[in-house]
Amino acid sequence: MRPMTTHIVSAFSEELEHLSADILRMGGVAETMIDQACTALVTGDQMLADQTSEMDDTVDAIEVDVERRIMRLLALRQPMATDLRAVVAALKVASELERIGDLSKNIAKRVAPLAGADVSSAIKGIERMGHGVKQQLHSVLDSYSEADAELSLKVWSGDEDIDQHYNSMFREVLTYMMQDPSLIGAGTHLMFIAKNLERIGDHCTNVAEIVHYQVTGTYLTSSARPKAPLLEG
Amino acid sequence: MSETENTRKDTLISQVTVTPSADTSGYATKVDCKHINVSYGDKQAIFDISMAIPERSVTAFIGPSGCGKSTFLRCINRMNDTIESAKVEGQIFIDGEDVNSDHIDPVLLRSRVGMVFQKPNPFPKSIYDNIAYGPRIHGIATSRTDLDEIVETSLTRAGLWDEVKDRLTQPGTGLSGGQQQRLCIARAIAVSPEVILMDEPCSALDPIATARIEELIDELRERFCIVIVTHSMQQAARVSQRTAFFHLGKLVEYGDTETVFTNPSDDRTSDYITGRFG
Repeated sequence: MRPMTTHIVSAFSEELEHLSADILRMGGVAETMIDQACTALVTGDQMLADQTSEMDDTVDAIEVDVERRIMRLLALRQPMATDLRAVVAALKVASELERIGDLSKNIAKRVAPLAGADVSSAIKGIERMGHGVKQQLHSVLDSYSEADAELSLKVWSGDEDIDQHYNSMFREVLTYMMQDPSLIGAGTHLMFIAKNLERIGDHCTNVAEIVHYQVTGTYLTSSARPKAPLLEG
Repeated sequence: MSETENTRKDTLISQVTVTPSADTSGYATKVDCKHINVSYGDKQAIFDISMAIPERSVTAFIGPSGCGKSTFLRCINRMNDTIESAKVEGQIFIDGEDVNSDHIDPVLLRSRVGMVFQKPNPFPKSIYDNIAYGPRIHGIATSRTDLDEIVETSLTRAGLWDEVKDRLTQPGTGLSGGQQQRLCIARAIAVSPEVILMDEPCSALDPIATARIEELIDELRERFCIVIVTHSMQQAARVSQRTAFFHLGKLVEYGDTETVFTNPSDDRTSDYITGRFG
């Protein structure tokens, strides 16, 4: 994309910049939440888990603020073309990030019930998966900040790895639960955690689609995306 | 039909039948402009513009002041003829017929191609006579009953009938700005034109009157080919199906309105509609 010249009304340019800065700040918080939730899980650090849960309030607050400002901007500036795409993209990305915040908080909340359960090997898998998901979010936020359609496309196709990771977690946890029924409670929590991470991956691909549309003006269709097949129980 | 007549007809057809230029994306072409150049004295205002304007739809011309959009619009019904220094080159076909050819009477042409201006300009006559004037001089209606019917239909179609039916004998100039503009639109459609040209028809109107005119344009689209010049990007986006962006006398971009306003292909279009120059 060519470098943007500024608007005749300079306040409009400032509002748009402010908006994308807020999206990146929100994304940064969500990324930290994924990271901390996984770390809390690995180390059993309850304080870190609680702290992570509380960060969701920040994400929600930024979303509300972004939405409020976008409504105002739409009413006052009636953006067109690239500006219109940027504003609509910001609105949609904000809601994806808000969901990512919720899912990360949900992971953090499962740290307590997992305390003391002997599932360290499965948690290793969760840690690796969490790392991959966090990387996806990081890259897609980069693609947003750099308006890099190619990078967004890479994130978009990269979700297949996350799906595969989820499938192998599913199988692994299922095996533990079959071997030792006393682990069914902990195993179920691990299943939900893996599922949450997989959902975060999906939200990252949604963001990738939004960024791609914002930058190029053309839609990526979800049906065209490479996907790992669902495992049978 | 004799052989000579046949040959004459064939020659005529071969003169006037042309293949439509540019794309009109599914709509049949109504007005086909080919290589239009316009100069006022030494100053060239339009540079080699070719475009096909589809029928039964609204085509919006946008661009900064002085970009040539009004000049180009005025070529379609030969309004530039009235300007001494204006020189128009190129061809404009309406249904395959060249509007600049010698056997076209500009007055008749203007009954086929109606025009609505920026400032409402009703005649200093009664509301009734404002509408009846055109049909009378063009001999479309002579009897009182025919005229009455045309006046009522035109005013109804322009969404003005209910507001003026009880005061048809009062002067048109006594109406409000928005009503006057709708009166002018009613006057334009009274002679059953094929094309209606609108040069910033809402720029002197308040938002309510503007909304009425826009609603009207949307209804008229079912019967007429409408070309509208507007400075309001939102208006162009709302009322038109096709949008043409003019800049410095050239046609920069012409395409489906939705595409032009969400994903324009030319940087100049993008800069203009996003308010980065103007």
